[in-house]
Amino acid sequence: MNNIIVYCETNGNSVAEVSLELVTKARSLANQLKIDVEGILIGNNLNGLEKELFAHGANIVHKAEDPRLEFYQTLPQSSIVCEIIKKEEPQIGLFGATPAGRDLAPRVASALKSGLTADCTSLEIGEHYEKKTDTTYENLLLQIRPAFGGNIVATIINPDTRPQLATVREGVMRKVELETPLKGKVKNWKVDEIVDKKDFVVEIIERHVEEKKVNIKGSQIVVAGGYGVGSKENFDILFELADVLGGEVGGTRAAVDAGYIHHDRQIGQTGVTVRPKLYIACGISGQIQHRAGMMESSMIISINTDSNAPINSIADYVITGDFMDVVPKMIKYYKKNSK
Amino acid sequence: MKPLKIIVLAKQVPDTRNVGKDAMKADGTVNRAALAAIFNPEDLNALEQALRIKDQVPGSEVHLLTMGPGRAAEVIREGLYRGADGGVLLTDRKFAGSDTLATSYAIATAIGTMEYDVIVAGRQAIDGDTAQVGPQVAEKLTLPQITYVEEIEKIDAKSMTIRRRLDNGVELVKTPFPVLLTVHSSAPACRPRIAKNVMKYKHARTLTELQDASEDYTRMFHDRPYLKITEMGVDDIGADVEALGLSGSPTKVKKIENVVFKAKEAKKIDSVDSDIEELIVELIENHTIG
Repeated sequence: MNNIIVYCETNGNSVAEVSLELVTKARSLANQLKIDVEGILIGNNLNGLEKELFAHGANIVHKAEDPRLEFYQTLPQSSIVCEIIKKEEPQIGLFGATPAGRDLAPRVASALKSGLTADCTSLEIGEHYEKKTDTTYENLLLQIRPAFGGNIVATIINPDTRPQLATVREGVMRKVELETPLKGKVKNWKVDEIVDKKDFVVEIIERHVEEKKVNIKGSQIVVAGGYGVGSKENFDILFELADVLGGEVGGTRAAVDAGYIHHDRQIGQTGVTVRPKLYIACGISGQIQHRAGMMESSMIISINTDSNAPINSIADYVITGDFMDVVPKMIKYYKKNSK
Repeated sequence: MKPLKIIVLAKQVPDTRNVGKDAMKADGTVNRAALAAIFNPEDLNALEQALRIKDQVPGSEVHLLTMGPGRAAEVIREGLYRGADGGVLLTDRKFAGSDTLATSYAIATAIGTMEYDVIVAGRQAIDGDTAQVGPQVAEKLTLPQITYVEEIEKIDAKSMTIRRRLDNGVELVKTPFPVLLTVHSSAPACRPRIAKNVMKYKHARTLTELQDASEDYTRMFHDRPYLKITEMGVDDIGADVEALGLSGSPTKVKKIENVVFKAKEAKKIDSVDSDIEELIVELIENHTIG
């Protein structure tokens, strides 16, 4: 009762990254609130997956196993998650902001008449004073998310309803294993007693897994490299930075023509136009054709050995130096300072 | 097969995609007045799917339902221009301040007064990007929901076969009627306006719009009833006022911070550790990263 519950997704034989990130975050919030972390695992053959959750800070793992639950389906999963939440009465419930999490969480929130905040990028515990009723709420979940196309950052609370539900973006929380896994408990739920024939009216006919498509256009953070990056191998460090920040990698036409990077990722007049929140230009001089494809970025950081590179005139921050030296430092200090 | 009744959920939104540096005020806040009010992009993808069902199943009808202030009637007119048969504007001051739960309650209650076999909505609206209202309406009406729809591959008397777009692939599902679909941006774009429909519906108005313009509507609605855009409020749909607006919304906004954009003058940073760490901390604190 009153714990934090995390809906955990699986992909075949392991727990999804985002779910482990959430369990890690839940652990730190639970330490603050002096409560426990519970995980939910739904599927078929979930052998041993609870161990991954114990290793990241879960005290209790709820398992619902059934051959019919092999693949994610909205209705049975929703019935099961609602039943577990009704019985266990957590104060906080977290879901990944994945296709499944964003499909499931609103359905669950609607059934429980609970508040749900979508796509959080940060979660904190804090208090809230309500002037109208002169009430102070303590230990609320502060759900922080970008809104209005990323132009504002909103802090959302659910003062009166429980559980406080949120979906959290992938890759924004850090996944950390405990030094020694918790000796957790498993609670098995009888699926037949929860789901109904009506939960299976939608039938999955075919599933087709594809390689993930590059989506620089939709990315809020773009790390881009130019001819100055020098080689295909040197782009690896840009991919690492993008990965750490949850962004994508792009390149200039010169970098694409030189074969450093695939043309799917070309930004500029002959490539795609991006308007991310943050654009990090590495070794890019800033030809007008390239600038046309990125100048509407909300914030631009230019890293270049040439302090007079044309791109610096539209940059918000200019770092004069070699990206091979600067980018690893950015990665290091991001890891050190992010929650 | 029997014709289908299709409802399209559409929303008028500020165009947050085109917030360039010019749409920001000097203090770094969003200049909302500078943003155009548009038909939510994925709701246009949804309208196209609805019109395709109508194309395939002769006699089917497409009606839009939008919730918003009076000016949102524009969304209905746009839908009529592109091939919809009618629309309802759900509007009432008592809806103001509704979060997704209260909104979905209002919309589901309104749908309860209408006939439907299929409800089609965009995956999410660009002002909030929550993607919650579709699934919540489905839950309130106890309908199955098919999210991230890319294409309806087959329709027969009892079911539809639908392709869904997932992060790492696609899924083909078969669903019975009635059902709620949310449509992904990777689905086909909406067909353009049809000149004949623009001519037919350009004078379509809500009663309030005509009253505001002091026009004689009795005669017009009598002669050409298709020009009347139905308005519904809390009393028309029989909703519980407590479950609407602020009182019906479990989530509250505690704080809003504008993402403040830096002045054009670039800040120079040395490539030494301390300066780079300072920059990273600043970016984390103003939520640009992390």
